[in-house]
Formats: sequence, structure tokens, C-alpha cells
Amino acid sequence: MINIVSNRLWFFIISSILLVVGIVSLSIFGLKTGIDFASGSLLTVKFEQTVIPVDVEKELPGFGFVGTVETDAQGNIVIRTVELTAQEKTTLKDDLTAKFGALTELGFENVDPIVAKQTAQAAIWATAIASIGILLYIAFAFRKMPKPFHFGVCAVAGLLLDVIVVLGVFSILGKVANWEIDLALVTGILTVIGYAVNDTIVVFDRIRENQKRYPGVDFGLVVNNSLMDVMTRELATGVGVLFVLIALLLFVGPTIKNLVVVLMVGIYFGTFTSVFVAAPLLVVWEKGGWGSLFSRKQIPNKTAEVRG
Amino acid sequence: MSRNSWVFVTIIIIFALSLIALLVNPIKIGNFTRSGIVYGLDLEGGVRLVYKADLTGVEESNEKEVVNDVIAVIANRVNPLGVTEPNIEHRGADQIVVELPMPKGGLTEVQKERIGRTALLEFRELVQTLDADGNVIEEEWIPATGTYNGETKVLNSSLFKTNTELRVSSLGAVELYFEWNEEGAALFKEITTRLLNKPLGIYEGSGNDALPLLGEDGKPITPIVQTVLTNDGVVTGLSRKEAAELSQQLNAGRIPVPLELIGEKLVDPSLGTDFIKLSVRAGIIGIAAVMLFLIAYYRVPGVVAALALAFYGALTLAIFKLIPVTMTLSGIGGFVLSMGMAIDANVLIFERMKEELLAKTTLSSAMESGFSRAWTAIWDSNVTTIIACLVLYWVGDTVAFGGTVKGFALTLGIGVLVSMFTAVLASHTLLRMVVRTGLSKQTELFKPYTGRRLA
Repeated sequence: MINIVSNRLWFFIISSILLVVGIVSLSIFGLKTGIDFASGSLLTVKFEQTVIPVDVEKELPGFGFVGTVETDAQGNIVIRTVELTAQEKTTLKDDLTAKFGALTELGFENVDPIVAKQTAQAAIWATAIASIGILLYIAFAFRKMPKPFHFGVCAVAGLLLDVIVVLGVFSILGKVANWEIDLALVTGILTVIGYAVNDTIVVFDRIRENQKRYPGVDFGLVVNNSLMDVMTRELATGVGVLFVLIALLLFVGPTIKNLVVVLMVGIYFGTFTSVFVAAPLLVVWEKGGWGSLFSRKQIPNKTAEVRG
Repeated sequence: MSRNSWVFVTIIIIFALSLIALLVNPIKIGNFTRSGIVYGLDLEGGVRLVYKADLTGVEESNEKEVVNDVIAVIANRVNPLGVTEPNIEHRGADQIVVELPMPKGGLTEVQKERIGRTALLEFRELVQTLDADGNVIEEEWIPATGTYNGETKVLNSSLFKTNTELRVSSLGAVELYFEWNEEGAALFKEITTRLLNKPLGIYEGSGNDALPLLGEDGKPITPIVQTVLTNDGVVTGLSRKEAAELSQQLNAGRIPVPLELIGEKLVDPSLGTDFIKLSVRAGIIGIAAVMLFLIAYYRVPGVVAALALAFYGALTLAIFKLIPVTMTLSGIGGFVLSMGMAIDANVLIFERMKEELLAKTTLSSAMESGFSRAWTAIWDSNVTTIIACLVLYWVGDTVAFGGTVKGFALTLGIGVLVSMFTAVLASHTLLRMVVRTGLSKQTELFKPYTGRRLA
């Protein structure tokens, strides 16, 4: 038997390091926001001749525009500027044609600051309200347990840790590889939250059941045995999800690379937090006070008797 | 037949119906028609325009009505573009979201402008400033005005009497025919008298935003006034398509309040088509891999779970098609997540079954308690997911660009509901049938693979 609960100190240390790295990265680099949240225009064009983004970017000021230029997954040129009016867009396209030859407009997106602000607020509100709803439901579902609210709070704490780590990874990738946060990634984060809640509930459900079955047994032991019970499930479901993600990455390719990375990091780290953080946290709280946070006292190993 | 057999037959019927609903294209039952799954504009290409209506000066009790009027006019204006299923919605207090598939040949800036602009034709006259030698040094088109009831009035299409119509002249040229009301006729007579043998300008819109109406040759349409005109007139020089569009725009009515375009997204269909093909293939390969894994690891129950998963896929996609749910990138995300939860439900059940089997109970009772013990966890996680979906749907519905979030919530919510039916009820029923057969004597076949024999 692996003694997860007794070794919680190590898991808390690992999580704290990741949490600090995530927060530091977020506060230093911030998140590179796409135009969904930051407003502006995104013009996707395909030139008949080969054109490299750097050349286009160099020409923009000459045309009277400020912006950045990148290529998308299919190799098209994507020009990001401040919001463009219909006329400015036509001018830009004409200037580009004059300089680089014939082009086809493949996509155009224009987001006004009003809409951008609204979208960003909605993303934050949605996450906040959904988290509160989840917390309340978990407290309700575990209402027959001695301390129902502990379950809800520990579940949400695990969730927050997961989300911060995913955002942290993204802020680093934003710095290193120019990855941007847009609405599609918000959906990725929501998916991650969904999986993490699912994981946490499976773990907590087992704790709930075992506590009822073996009253009077040390809570730390109950939690640890519950974790052992659900371990194969965590692995089996993890493998199943991995197949789907790999298939998406291999066969759909670069278009959803960002989304798949969010899902991989978030889902597996979410499983980690459910098992190694949320559940041990429950024990810490149950044992009365944060003094026991780092207690390394071994819990009695009575698995055989308890299993019955 | 036992209760279980009845449930089994029902499940087979639903599975067959889902497959029929999925594979038959198009489906036609009376007014109900569906052809294929609907893909969103991020996957299939299309146009999304977000307008903000300026409701200052509109009484609060009338706001809804005014916005509905705007939507009705926009719907009329979108029609001539010849696209199927435009979607025009009211979001928040004052925003209107217009979504349409990309029209054939794309959407020109003019067409786009026209959707949200007050359709108005303004007639103008040319004012030239000459120098001492009689050379033109400056010229400007100013609105043509006349006097009616002692007031100076601008001549524009708001004075048209009835609907404009398309006519073909005896020479085969396309004409946009219009008739004036009493006021328009008086002004038109005065102006054409004044401008006899001079050009008459035709502009779209009014004030500084107005643009000259361009003919088929790409040049502004500026006919020379040949005779004095009173009751009616024609605009010539437009292509048939342009004339038809313009006529419909004018007939569609005027938008009662100013609209501002605050967001837009245009995606060319060529960016999307590959993606759909690829993601369908990825989905099939991903599901097949998961099925193989379930069978290899859980053996007989794994086969049941694989069948339940196939049932899940068919039923969910059939529901998406019938409602219809628009599939977007985020919708696919929601679908994948719900599929993960469907798999997880079976994993939870079989892990419980394994524990019971290790405790040496009979296969049948191990199966029953496996299902009942796993149920609380499945139920709780599905309920929390549905709570999250409701919140997300509501948020997505209020934000102009919230379609992403809404699509995710909808596909995930439907997927979770379906998975409770397929992964729990359907796989339970199927497994009960299997347990009654001779196969149940081979208990090891119902235990997960561990590299060695458990029993």
C-alpha cells in the first residue's frame, strides 16, 4: 500500500512549487490575450506568392497601420491590428496587394472594446458562478457527512490549483511561443474543470462510502484506503482519455494543438490534485487545524482488518 | 418477457432509430427537414456580425419591440444574399447577432454594409466651382433639394410611394423602377426641371457616410436628366443581381434606430472543410482505440461497454442533428468531455464489479452491487457537470461572442444526459442478458486483465 496521506507533505510541497511558479509567471508575463478579450482586428489572407510574416510586419507602418503578423496552422498570413473600419480594411488589402501581389481574404475578425470587455467579464463570471454552484452541490451531496462543507471547499481548492497551473503553463507558452488565450481555450479550461470535478467526486464518494462502512476508523486511514480503491479507475479512465486526445492531436493537427495541450496538462494534473491534494487536504482539515498540515506521523496500517 | 428484456428491446429500437436519423439525408417529415449535422462558422465558414442598437430616446417598455423590428428588417435584408438558414438573435439589452453561412462568391464590403445600414437612396446634384477661364477647379455632389409646402426638402427614397420593382426595358436593360408619393413627385418635378440636361447623382445613405451607387461597370451611376419627370423613374446601369438586391433592401423597410457594427467574424469556407473531415476521422479512431482498450482490459464487460459507447455516439449525434445543435470547435470539446464521462461511468462500475468478484460473491450479485455502488459517484459528478452547463449556457446566451461557451455547454449537457442512459441503463441491461448465458460460468472473463489469472 502506498501511503499517500502520510506522505502528503511531499505532495503539498510539489503543488506549492507549481502554484508559486504559476502565480509568478502569471504576474510577470501575464496572459497573452487574443482579440476576443483584448479587442482589435484579425485579418487572414493567402498570397499567391510565398510571403514571410516578418516582411509584412515591416511594411505595416508604411501603410499607416500598427500590428503584428504571424502565420496560422495552414501557413496563411494572419495580421493583427487595432480595430479596423471597412474602409481601413480595404486600404490595407489594397496596399498589401500592391506590395506583395494578389491575395485572397480567408478570414476577418473585428472585435470592439465593448464586446471584448463583456466577453472577458463573462468568462470570469461563468467560472466563478460555476465554481460556487459546484461547491454548493458537493456540500449538499455530502450533507450526511459530519463536515459537508469541508468536502466542497477542498474540491474547489483542488480545482483552483488545477486552473492556476494550466493558466501558468499558458502564460509561459504565451511568452515563449506566442500562444494566446481566446474563447476556445476558455472552453478547454472549462473541460479541465469538468474532469477535475469528476475526479474529485469519485475520490470523495469513496471516502464517504468507506467512512460509513467503517465507523470509528482513523479518518486518515479511511482516506488513504479510499485512494487505493479508486487508483485503478483513475488509471483506466486516464488511459481512455489519452487515446482520444492523441487521436485528436495526430489527425486534426495544428489547428487544435493549443486546445489539446490545455486538456492534457489540465486533465492529468487535475487527477493529481484530486488524489494527492484535495483528499489529503480533507484529512488535514479534519484533524483539526493547519498545524497537522505537515505532520509526518504515520497513520496506522490496518488495511487488512478494515477491508473485511 | 421479463422487464429486462423489454428494456433491452426498447434500447435496440432507440439505437436503430438513432442510426436511421443519422444516416438518412435529408430527413423529411411534413415541415420537419434535416440534412446532416450543422457545423458552426468556425468549422464551415460563414459570417457573424454583431450590432449595437442605439436605444437612446426609445422608451424602456418599447425597447424589445424596437429591437424585434430591427431583427425583422435585417432578416429581410439578408434574404437576397441567397443563404440558407440565417440566424438573427437578440443578445443582452441592445445587441443583435447576425450569423449566416458564407454566401457563394463571398460577401463584399458593400453587401455587408447594407445589412446594418438604413437603406436609403439620396439624389444629388453637382456643384462646380469655376475659375476665371471657366475651368472646373472643384466639384462636389450635394443633396438635391426642392420646396414642398414652403419647406426645403431633400429628395430621397423615403418618399417612394410603394415597393420598388425590377423591370426589363424594351432594349433588355435592367431597370429599378420606383414611384414617388405626392411630396416626392413635387420635389422630383422641381429638381428635374432645374437639372434638365445636367447629371443627377444617386447615393446610398445620407450625409458624409453616403457612397455613390456604383453601376455594373464599377462607375457611379449619374444619369443625365433628359426630360422633366414627375411621378416615377428608373435607375439603370445596375447589374441584375445588384438591382434585385437593392430593390429588396429598399422594400425591406427602414431600420428604426441607428445600428453600430461592434464585432464581426468572417471565415472562408476553405479554412473549415478540412477540419471537419479530419476531426471526424480523429473521433472515429479515438473511439475505436478506447473500445479496444476497454475490451482488452475488462474483457466481457469491456465488450458491453464498447457497445454502450457505440450506442452513446449514435444517440448523441442523432440528437445533435435533430435539434439541431450547431457543432463548433468548442462543441466538439464538450462532446469529447461527455464521452470521457461516459467511459468513466463504465470504468467506475467495472472496478466495483472487480472488487465484488474478488470478495467471491456470485457473478450476478457482483454485477448488481457494482452498478448500485458506482451509481452515487456517477450521479454526483453528472449533476455537478449539469449545474456547470446551465451556468455556462446562460452566460453564453447573454454575450455577443458567447456562442463558443454556449455550444460547449449544450453539447456537454446533452452528452452527459445521454451517457447516464447508455453507460448505466443500457450497459446494465446488456450485461444482465450476458450473465444469463452460458458465458457466466467463465468468471475470469468478467475480471479485468492483470497479466495473470485472478481466480
